[in-house]
Amino acid sequence: MRGAEPIFIEGAAHAAEIAVAGETALCDRRGALYFPDLGLLCVSDLHLEKGSSLARRGMLVPPYDTVATLLRLQAVIDCYRPRIVVSLGDSFHDKEGASRLPSQMRLDLSAMMAGRDWFWVAGNHDPAPPAGLPGDTVEALALGALRFRHEPSKNAPAGEIAGHLHPCARIVQRGRSVRRRCFATDGERIVMPAFGQYTGSLNVLDRAYAGLFREDGLIAYMIGASKVFAISGAMLRPG
Amino acid sequence: MFQISLGGAQAARYLWRVTRQSRPRPDPETTPAILPDQFIKWFAERGWSPRAHQIELLAKAQAGRSVLLIAPTGAGKTLAGFMPTLTDLAERPKRRPGERRRGIHTLYISPLKALAVDIERNLTKPVAEMNLPVTMETRTGDTPAHKRQRQKLVPPDILLTTPEQLALLIATSDARRFFEDLRYIVFDELHSLVTSKRGHLLALGLARLRAIVPGLQAIGLSATVADPDELRRWLVAQEPQGEMADLITVAGGAKPDVSVLDSRERVPWQGHSSRYAIPEIYELVKAHRTTLLFVNTRSQAELLFAELWRINDDSLPIALHHGSLDVSQRRRVEKAMETNALRAIVATSTLDLGIDWGDVDLVIHVGAPKGASRLAQRIGRSNHRMDEPSKAILVPSNRFEVLECRAALEASTVGAQDTPPLLEGALDVLAQHVLGVACSAPFDADELHREVLTAAPYAGLERYTFDRVVDFVATGGYALKSYDRYAKIRRTSEGLWRVSHPRIAQQYRLNVGTIIEVPALNVRYVRQGKGPVARGGPVLGKIEEAFLETLVQGDTFLFAGKVLRFEGIRENECYVSNAPGKDAKVPYYGGGKFPLSTYLADQVRGMLADPKRWKALPEQVADWLRLQAELSVLPRRDDLLVETFPNGNRFYMVAYPFEGRLAHQTLGMLLTRRLERAGARPLGFVATDYVLGVWALADMGAMFKSGKAELGQLFDEDMLGDDLDAWLADSWMLKRTFRACAQISGLIEKRFPGQEKSGRQVTVSADLIYDVLRSHEPDHILLQATRADAAAGLLDVRRLADMLSRIKGRIMHKDLDRISPLAVPIMLEVGRERVDGESGDSLLSEAEALMAEAMGGATGKSTP
Repeated sequence: MRGAEPIFIEGAAHAAEIAVAGETALCDRRGALYFPDLGLLCVSDLHLEKGSSLARRGMLVPPYDTVATLLRLQAVIDCYRPRIVVSLGDSFHDKEGASRLPSQMRLDLSAMMAGRDWFWVAGNHDPAPPAGLPGDTVEALALGALRFRHEPSKNAPAGEIAGHLHPCARIVQRGRSVRRRCFATDGERIVMPAFGQYTGSLNVLDRAYAGLFREDGLIAYMIGASKVFAISGAMLRPG
Repeated sequence: MFQISLGGAQAARYLWRVTRQSRPRPDPETTPAILPDQFIKWFAERGWSPRAHQIELLAKAQAGRSVLLIAPTGAGKTLAGFMPTLTDLAERPKRRPGERRRGIHTLYISPLKALAVDIERNLTKPVAEMNLPVTMETRTGDTPAHKRQRQKLVPPDILLTTPEQLALLIATSDARRFFEDLRYIVFDELHSLVTSKRGHLLALGLARLRAIVPGLQAIGLSATVADPDELRRWLVAQEPQGEMADLITVAGGAKPDVSVLDSRERVPWQGHSSRYAIPEIYELVKAHRTTLLFVNTRSQAELLFAELWRINDDSLPIALHHGSLDVSQRRRVEKAMETNALRAIVATSTLDLGIDWGDVDLVIHVGAPKGASRLAQRIGRSNHRMDEPSKAILVPSNRFEVLECRAALEASTVGAQDTPPLLEGALDVLAQHVLGVACSAPFDADELHREVLTAAPYAGLERYTFDRVVDFVATGGYALKSYDRYAKIRRTSEGLWRVSHPRIAQQYRLNVGTIIEVPALNVRYVRQGKGPVARGGPVLGKIEEAFLETLVQGDTFLFAGKVLRFEGIRENECYVSNAPGKDAKVPYYGGGKFPLSTYLADQVRGMLADPKRWKALPEQVADWLRLQAELSVLPRRDDLLVETFPNGNRFYMVAYPFEGRLAHQTLGMLLTRRLERAGARPLGFVATDYVLGVWALADMGAMFKSGKAELGQLFDEDMLGDDLDAWLADSWMLKRTFRACAQISGLIEKRFPGQEKSGRQVTVSADLIYDVLRSHEPDHILLQATRADAAAGLLDVRRLADMLSRIKGRIMHKDLDRISPLAVPIMLEVGRERVDGESGDSLLSEAEALMAEAMGGATGKSTP
């Protein structure tokens, strides 16, 4: 772990610096996690082409979610210039998602991937490699003390970085309720917020998270409009 | 038109005779009414005769006209509305064996399910007594599926239903067959049907029915409104534009006896509880047979009910009635009212509409009525006999409300009306209708456009906009044409629009309607401390999720007339236990709030400006105004007074526009942006129906006097341009409005109970869609619809614009050393109002700081 000096990366203002299994990480308020010592950027649950997936079922939501998600991804990549990118599963909303990707966006995404190691971790929405895109598709990825996989597992050793649950947290302050996406961590593992534009979220106090975090160790890094706020589990509300 | 006071049966009988025998007016359209013998006999046997307006309406209907009948409660409106139907059906030849079944003869549309049921009961009697060959049935959301199915096969002569059910019927494939025999459509409580998007959908439905049955006649029944011509146009096809139904107006009976409670107690500066007057209200209840107590919000209803029972030493049967209570509980109260078993009912607007119950001899309005017409309708609840005066007492809950109550009383004396003007038809509603039409049968765009133009709210709809709506229904209407292959409706080779899949029609049926419910949870009763484990207690009603989310276990609040302890939330239920004897700790906001009407606002300003009128006010209030005149100034009727003064370590600016809370909130948002730019460093603002208060670090009074900032510029109309747009973009109000538009237009599906929680992770929220649409296609038709809605609704921009233009060059600035008497109420509100902030960051920041403090600053740091 580093000393008390904060890391300075231009454009990463107001990211929260945390430590997980001894590794320093930055929780970026755009929803990405960056490990400076590894040069590794992690994003989870992009759910690309969710809009067209809904449209197929008669919900004609605006078809701009993929472009919005990719623009944000481009911004964090430009900011951190990572050597390695890990997309932590559910990168596409359904199995045909990658083949529906409009050609311009396929080009943009490929350009982003060029010159770096890119890992597609398999998710429940996208168990197979994305059609027509480079990168390595893996079930899980281990790097030093860290282990990246899509679904968090109970009783996993320290260092697990997972997604899948789309965590959000809620506080009530002065009679008003504030609910935001968050990075959920107890210092040993992290559950990543969903990065995709149309992704919903599930409260970290929901039963689905039971047994994942150390008792009393939970901190939710809630994504505000201007920065990431560290809120202890004791202050969180369900719902 | 008959302008008669409908007194006893004598007068009516006389007029009826005149109508039948001597034709009072040589109007070519007025042929004498033909009243079948059964009816003459039926009236005669009871010693009655039809009232003049009943006969007049019948005559006009028989002459083929559509009619609007405006009459006060108790004038026999319902029977009048059904006379054309009943007389026509009485004379109709019997169906011969082998002849095809006849469709619906008359459709009756009411705003409330309960009203449809009530009317069926009232109509059954004369039909049975005259032995008329008439079948009659209700069809509401509660009607079982097998009965609906049978109604489709064997339609009744009269179908009593709601606007939502009509929309559903229109969207079925056999709509044409079902409606082709339709002769009349009767709209009850038309004044309340037309004011919302519900009215837009209904107007489109009416246009559809007219297209199926070109000779269809509409009969509207309404309470008194400010502009009857709007309703007359609404009833008939707008071709040519401006076409109107005939009008029959029945003058009110005896003038109501309205007074403002002249309290022995001190009327408080602010607040809405009226606690000070509870003992006096209780005395009034004791002195009358049955009292109806009206309040504006549900929280006021709960509070008033609790306070009355606290001092109810005589154990008078006093009940509570509001829309959030469980249906069974409401029905019990209604039943008790019918049998006159109650002495008082505390109620909100759910009882506003014309349901005739019980023998009410006093209406008490607790809190200001907010509008003259609203007050008149509520007073009408008492004494359903027209020749006896209704008695009503207004109980203002603070000093500004004293002025407002006085203004409302004067309005009631002169019979002034202030129902708001009707709005242009909303595009999200049109989108829903277009898909509904396609679900019924393929349509031709030219024809449908012509048909839509005949509906009054859409009479000005341009073809370009209509086409964009059709495009929206088909593929979402996006500039990026990527959804062509997923289109919901497609053009066939003959050029007709047809639904692309039967599934689309099924989805449509689940989502029909324009009433968007706020997410609410069932409130279920359990034993204390058992929490979610102990299930199975009774359901007390529903409460908004937004309120429940702010509670922690052990918090107490008032609901369903009880002090309840919050135990927890599980799935879509909230568990509570009884907490008798405890004080309700958490104040409960919510329930409808009506803005002050423009008319009453003007009256209040007039009253302030004219000391001669203060004589009519209670002495303590007149004193307050005199003191204001002495220490500051009272504005002239059309001026805007702006006071500035220091208080504590801040500087205040208080403006008195009297334009209602919504317009003031918008004004507050825009003013603080401008003050920020002028360097006044504003910190916050608070708005009531009457006043707007802004506080800042800089001395705004000194800035105005030195010319560093100019009041005229600050309040200039141009704030409604760029400033409004900039602020709107991120406003939670716009997001909330968008959510409703997205659901009504069919872009996203309505949520059903149970789906809400579990689905959060997978469904896409309207807020996310809004953000994407705003940044990628800001001119999308749904965003246009949203902005138009917000301007008329939550933001009340129209009213703000009128005000800004009125006060141009008429701002009166008074710089004071200290707070003025008139400013006291708003200063007491400062810090009490909940913060409906734009972003939660300040609250998150507070929470983070709290935690850092508790943990000695050891956790989580941020890079600069």
